[in-house]
Order: sequence, then C-alpha cells, then structure tokens
Amino acid sequence: MGLKEKLHNIKEKGKGKKWLSAYSAFHTFVYTPNETTHSGGHIRGADDLKRTMTNVIIPLIPILIFGMFNAGFQHNAAINGFPEGMSFFSGNFWNLDNLYIGAVKLIPLILVSYVVGLGIEVFFATINKHEVEEGYFVTGMLVPLIIPIDTPLWMLAVAIVFGVVIGKEVFGGTGMNILNPALTIRAFLFFAYPTWMSGDKVWVAGANALKGTPDAISGETILGGLAQGKDLVYSTWDMFYGFIPGSVGETSTLLILLGAFYLLFTKIASWRIMLSSAIGAIVMGLIFNGVVNAGWITEGSKFYDLMNTPYWEHLIIGGFAFGVVFMATDPVTASQTNRGKWIYGFLIGFISIMIRVFNPAYPEGVMLAILLMNVFSPTIDHYVIQGNIKRRLKRLKVQKITIKNYG
Amino acid sequence: MSKDIQIKKGLDIKLKGEAEKVTENAVSSNIYTLSPADFHSIIPKLSVKVGIKLKAGESVFYNKANEDMKFPSPVSGEVVDIIRGDKRKLLAIKIQADKEQQYFDFGVKDAKTMKADEIKSHLLVSGCWSFIKQRPYDVVADTEKEPKAIFISAYASAPLAADYDYVLAGKENELQAAVTALSKLTSGKVHVSVGKNSNSPFAKLNDITLHKVSGPHPSGNVGTQIAKIDPINKGEVVWIVTPQDLVIIGELLLTGKFNAERIIALAGSSVETPKYYKTKIGAAINSIVGGKLKKEENRIISGNVLTGIAQDLKGVLGYYDNMVTVIPEGNDYEFFGWIKPIFNKISISRALTFSWLFPNKKFDLNTNTNGEHRAFVVTGIYEEVFPLDIYPIQLLKSCMYKDLDEMEQLGMYEVAPEDFALTEFVCVSKQPHQEIIRKGLDLMLKEIG
Repeated sequence: MGLKEKLHNIKEKGKGKKWLSAYSAFHTFVYTPNETTHSGGHIRGADDLKRTMTNVIIPLIPILIFGMFNAGFQHNAAINGFPEGMSFFSGNFWNLDNLYIGAVKLIPLILVSYVVGLGIEVFFATINKHEVEEGYFVTGMLVPLIIPIDTPLWMLAVAIVFGVVIGKEVFGGTGMNILNPALTIRAFLFFAYPTWMSGDKVWVAGANALKGTPDAISGETILGGLAQGKDLVYSTWDMFYGFIPGSVGETSTLLILLGAFYLLFTKIASWRIMLSSAIGAIVMGLIFNGVVNAGWITEGSKFYDLMNTPYWEHLIIGGFAFGVVFMATDPVTASQTNRGKWIYGFLIGFISIMIRVFNPAYPEGVMLAILLMNVFSPTIDHYVIQGNIKRRLKRLKVQKITIKNYG
Repeated sequence: MSKDIQIKKGLDIKLKGEAEKVTENAVSSNIYTLSPADFHSIIPKLSVKVGIKLKAGESVFYNKANEDMKFPSPVSGEVVDIIRGDKRKLLAIKIQADKEQQYFDFGVKDAKTMKADEIKSHLLVSGCWSFIKQRPYDVVADTEKEPKAIFISAYASAPLAADYDYVLAGKENELQAAVTALSKLTSGKVHVSVGKNSNSPFAKLNDITLHKVSGPHPSGNVGTQIAKIDPINKGEVVWIVTPQDLVIIGELLLTGKFNAERIIALAGSSVETPKYYKTKIGAAINSIVGGKLKKEENRIISGNVLTGIAQDLKGVLGYYDNMVTVIPEGNDYEFFGWIKPIFNKISISRALTFSWLFPNKKFDLNTNTNGEHRAFVVTGIYEEVFPLDIYPIQLLKSCMYKDLDEMEQLGMYEVAPEDFALTEFVCVSKQPHQEIIRKGLDLMLKEIG
C-alpha cells in the first residue's frame, strides 16, 4: 500500500472527527485532494489558494536569503566600518560569516512566526470545524521580514498571538479580515514596545547587546538618521542593492523589484496597486521637494532633511518598496474593485511619504499608510460600486421616460 | 437596427473531443423521461397516471401555479412509471415509446395571420410554452407579463458546444414560422445573435434583428448578448428561446405536430468518436452514449461542461439540452499538485501554470476541483472573464448574505447562473458561484416575484 492510499484511509477514518481539519492541512499539503465537482460547472481552473499563496512566497525567498547576509553584514559593518565601493556581488557582503550571523538570528524568528501563527490557525480551524486556510503561509513569511533583526522572540510571539487572533480570527479568519495581519503584528510590536522597537537599538544585529559597553555600535536606519538630521553615509547604489540597515526584508529594492516583476508576471498581485502607489509616493515627494525649492522651509526646520530627500530616493529607502509590493497588494485587505485599487494605491503612496516626513517618531510611514487604507478600502469600494448602481438606476429612468413619451 | 457585439473579457476553454460534423441516428430509446427538475421553480401537477396512453405533445403534467402551462410528452406511448422522492416530490415520469409514433394534431397554423392571443394559447395548449424562458430569474416565462424583447442566441461559444449553423441547416422554414409567431408576443424586437463569420440559417429570416457576435466565451451566452443589446431593468422581462427549441415550435405551427426530435452533439475526451446524433428530448443517455465511451471512470453531462447536469448511463437528455459531454472523472490525488508546474490544465494566471504558452492547445480536463473550497480571497481575476457591467464578487456576496436590496441594485435581474460559469471556473477559492446565484435568484423570486 502506497503513501497515497495510507493517507486516504486516515482521512476516511477521520470523517466527522475534530482532528480532521488539522490532518487535512497536512494531507492537502502532500496531495491535492481527490475532490470532484458536484455543483455548477464540471471542470475547474488549475489554480487554488495554495498555489496562489505559494507564488507569493517564491519571490520572498531571495529576499529572505539576502536578509540573512545583510544582517551579518550590518553587524560587521557597524564594528569594522562600512566598506568602500560596494558592488552587488561584493565578497564583503556574500560571505559565510555574514550568513552565519544572519541565519542564527533569523531562523528562530521564522520558526516562532510559523509555529505560533499556524498553531493558532489550526486551533481555530479545529474548534470551528473548517479547513485550515492558507493565508498564514504568506503572513508567516512576511512577519520575520518586516521586523527588526533584534526583535526578542517572546515579543514576536505575543505580537503574533495578538495579530492573528484580534486582526484575523475574530473577523472569521482568512478572507474576512480588515487589516493586513502581518502589518497588524508589526504595528502591535511598535506600539506595545515603543522604547524597544524605535530608535537605534534593534536594526543591527547585536547593537542592543553591546549597548553601553566599550564596543557599542550604532544601529539605526536611514530614515531614523534623517529624522534626526544626520548625514547619510550610504550611496544610492548601496540603498538600491540593499546594503543598509532596516527591517530584515525591506532593504534590497533590487530584489523587491524582481519580486514585483514575478508577482505581476504571474498575475497574482495587482499592477494597479503597485503602479498607483509609486505614483502617489512620487507626487508627495515632488510636493515636498517643491516646498524646499520654493524656500518655504529652511534648513533649520526639523523636517528639512526628509523633505529635501529627492522624490525618487523615497522609493528605495525604508520599507516603502516592500510594503507596496507585498503588503498593499494583499487582495483581502485592499480595495476589491479595479477602480478602487487605483485610488487605494495612490493614497498609500501619498500618505506613506507624508507620514515619513511629518512623524519622525515613526519614521517609516508605509506601515501606517497601508493599515489606514486597509480601513478605508471598503469605503472606497462602496463609492466605486455606487457608480455602477447609479448607472443602473439612470438606465431605468431613461427607459421609463421613453415609455411615457412613446409607449 | 442591428448591432455587432464584440466581447473582450472572457475565456475560451478549448477541450479535446470536439464533435465531428457527421450526424447519425441514435439508437431509439425505449423509455423517454420527463423530469420536472428541468423546469426550475415549477411545481408540477400530474395529468397522467401509470398505464395511460399518450400521443406526442399531450400534457404529462402542468404548472400548479398556472394550469394553462403544460409540459408535453416527447413521444407517444404508455406511462410506465412515476418516480417520487422525499415528501412525494415528483422526480420523473417514464414513458414507454410506441414503435409507430403518433402525434397529437394541434392543427396547422399560419403564424403570419394569427393574432397574439391565438399564438399564446396555441403555445400553451401544445406545451411549447415550456420552451420560452424568461429573465429575470431564468425560469419558464410568466404568461402574464409581456416581454420587452425576445433573445435568441444562435452562436454557441461554450466548450465543445454543438455548432448551431450545422444542426440548424435546412430548418429555415421552421425557424421563420417560430420567430414570426414569437415576434407578435412582444412590442419589442426579436434579437437573434449569430457568429461573426457564421453561415447561419437565421441570416435570411424576416421579423428578426440580427446581431453578429465575436470574442471569447461567454460571447455566445444569451445573458452577455442581452447586456450588450438591451439590458434588463427592474420590472422588465425578456424572453429567451434556444434555436433548437424554435425548430420544434416552428414544426408545430407548420405541421400541427409536436416533434421533440433534435440533433445533439456527443462530445468530450472520453468519447471514442465524437459526432452528432439525431435523438429526442427525454431520451435515455444510454441510447446516446452506450458503447461509445472510452473505458474509464467518466462523468456524463447533459449539456456543456460549464452548465450541464451530471447524469449516469440511466440518466436522461435534459429538456433544453442539445449536447452530451463526457469527460473523465478526476477523483484522484495529485502529489504536491499545488506547487508543481502545470502544463495539462487551464489557468488564467501564470503561477507556475503554463497554459498561457499554448493558446491553441486543446486540453483534456477532468472533474477534479484542483483544490479545496476556501473563503473568497483573490480579487480582480473574476472581472477578466466576466463581460457584464456588474461587480461579480460583490453580487455573489450579496447573495450569500441574502441582502435583497443590494442584490437588486447590483444587477441581479440581469443574470442567470450560467453567466457565472466562467468566474466559477477560474475561482481560486473554488466557490460554487452558479449555485450561489441560483439560490439568490430563488430567494428573489420568492420574496419579490
């Protein structure tokens, strides 16, 4: 008896039992089920939710690996100084020492993310007797990528419990949530532990442990530095390639761009959201640049440095690119209508840069911008759909008038 | 004023097993069956008992809500069995066919000189009213409401569908008589849609407005054509008749006989040699497919793969159907089927699915769902295959939470389950779209009427 038959027999035994949904989660992972159509059409397309979700994870893997190297690289760069003239394939970056430091830090974060998150999913699926949905596949991968490398594991676990239970399960699980679960987890971390999560402690591996010792290293992000009016030491290419401190996955604009191309090519993410977000950010950036050029704001202002950052540079620093490509495009929490997606995306870009400049306490605006627009996306959809409803009512009126006149 | 209809959004599902344009006589069926389930929302009242002899066209049952609406026997013969289900629900009436068919004589009529009332009562008496369906609700037409227009789609874009130009060839006279008669029942027009490059017998007919249709499926769906030609508003009714049923109506007028004969396509990858067969409404499936299938576990469908009804060898050719499709069942597991690259199935994404590389390839699809039922997650894909000016997900969700006002506002009067066959096909969450819409329509019919 092969594996297929064995697993099938266990499923048959489990019918009506509580453990079936947990078992099914595993069984359907190994084998696409033997389910056939029983209502409506007799054939179905090839894609299921597992395939869709997996294809979001695929472009995240290079970013994850880069993040491991970068974690080690930033640690060493903070101690030994930032190497001059980095190219993308520089040996200063791609070496086993960097990978080791990063892997030791990152793998536990990934494990905690999946174990805690999937544990909650399976628990809720079991008590509600429904299948384990695939939503957390992606969330579980996103979470370690959008938090600082030095986040304590217990903090992460608490945040995940909050994010998954309050952000998702209370609304009915995957597909029903209002806020992006991964960003809810991140937002929880940042508002629950603000003294830990902001500032210059957690962005570079080991920075916190070394704090107050003679070996103390700085661990702050570009935006954090800019918000405090410090000068940048990184070249544009460093920022584009991603050799900068930041949340694990957000730094490499190059890899995020490749990921974006993959998501667009596979037609999994909405190009409307990505494009309109970039446009929104550029518009806001240009407005700020214009304000500086017009001389309305002087060098003494605390907003000067961030406002003076060229509009295009906003696209490659901070978490903007990552947020727009992987989080704003989450179909459940984004606008669901095509026209709504344009508005939703534009406002995310626009508000991201605005928050970035005006709120130095949380110099990364994209998280708050996406969460804010998550809340407003049903409203945007409502007005888009009203347009359709009005068109229908208008047609009805025209029809009635014609009948009155001629009928 | 004719209007050409060009559809861009949609999906042509190309399958193996297209019927070759050769017609054979199907084995004549011994037993013919009439299933009230074919007439959605009708509560049947029997007019026959077991043992009664009928001529073709005589009423077998009628509509409880409207006694004038009769449902005719497709053949002459003896009622041999009446099958009932739970709560004595009438499931099927079986009629053993006579060797020599006898037809009830409804009288030869000239549609041109008949008045609307005469035509209406003639169609009701002969049972041919049952061929007229209406929207909203996709049910047999209400006899009290005048339609603002009548729509006939003579262009079949569904997978493996029977080619109307082929099956209607030589039926010009019948079609003409039928459309002339129907045109008197509406103050509006009789809209007929044909393929852009077709050689349709409709092209030469009078009393119709001809439209040329092009583009991918669902361009041939009558719902798509209504939306493009003259969309349904609240309070309005349109009628729909299929071309194969027009032929029967036409023959009734020309000869006085109810002749349930039609040419159907037998298609699908599980059929040894797919071709066309001459048979009758209610014929046993076995008389059509018996001995013609490849030896594997098959799904036999009366109708096309997107909207047909599953049957088995003991099943019946549906009242409105002009094809039987047979495809393999897909009740098998697939090792890591959710991640491995897929070349042999159709997908509108490119998520390691490669059907986009082969736009002209014909696929051998089975009935596997390719995944489990999930909550609605993905957005934007439905719109790509949905040409109506309606928000599909929002309408489906309004049906699921039964908000009648919202269903009405979002365009529920304009749709039928078949309009959601493609969104159902591409649905990543494997939601039963057609069932959701059918239940929504039933709810509206009950609450609003």
